[in-house]
Amino acid sequence: MRILYFAWLREKIGHGEEIFTPPASVTTPRQLIACLRQRGGFYAAAFTNEALIRCAIGQEFQPLDTPLGTAEEIAFFPPVTGG
Amino acid sequence: MIRKIAVQPEDFDTGAELAALSANAGGVASFIGVVRGDAGDRALAALRLEHYPGMTEKALRQMAATAETRWKLSGCTIIHRIGRLTPGQNIVLVATASRHRADALAATAYLIDQLKTKAPFWKAEECADGTVHWVDARESDEAAAKAWL
Repeated sequence: MRILYFAWLREKIGHGEEIFTPPASVTTPRQLIACLRQRGGFYAAAFTNEALIRCAIGQEFQPLDTPLGTAEEIAFFPPVTGG
Repeated sequence: MIRKIAVQPEDFDTGAELAALSANAGGVASFIGVVRGDAGDRALAALRLEHYPGMTEKALRQMAATAETRWKLSGCTIIHRIGRLTPGQNIVLVATASRHRADALAATAYLIDQLKTKAPFWKAEECADGTVHWVDARESDEAAAKAWL
């Protein structure tokens, strides 16, 4: 799947996009976060506070416990601040 | 029905946009967001606006579609700028047109409230002292968006 990062999450991780095939046991964004956090380093730092992380699956906002299904694109970012 | 959605670095021509909406309308309502000159207690040099290309346009189209269903509109324009914007510059234009004022006024307020919480934009403040901070989301914005439910 394609994973995108925005705003300070992108800055902390160091890039805005990556292709990653998570293990079959990862079925929700929250589990994907846990999996990415295990990489340590910048990932662990970026995902420290889960309460500040929002996500979109297939370009739609979704709660972190939504099933990933066959999603090809998932994005993680802080709460939005446009307007 | 006129509908225009744009996400762009360039400024917009407010007069031209409102004139385009006024055709066949009884009235046009608008909101223009402008970069403030301060970030709380510090002077602001610029705002940097980032977005999620593709999702942003989709989210704005969904909001416009909802507004068009909820109020009797003859037109709807949403233009949001991205990139580096300095104090006094325009950030966003939301404008709607209708036969009678109540629809356009309510739809415009609805759209800017929704845009603040449901469109994937992020702002960073570049202060005059050289520091850069990502803006935190405000609970009052979330409450304003939910009040329309």
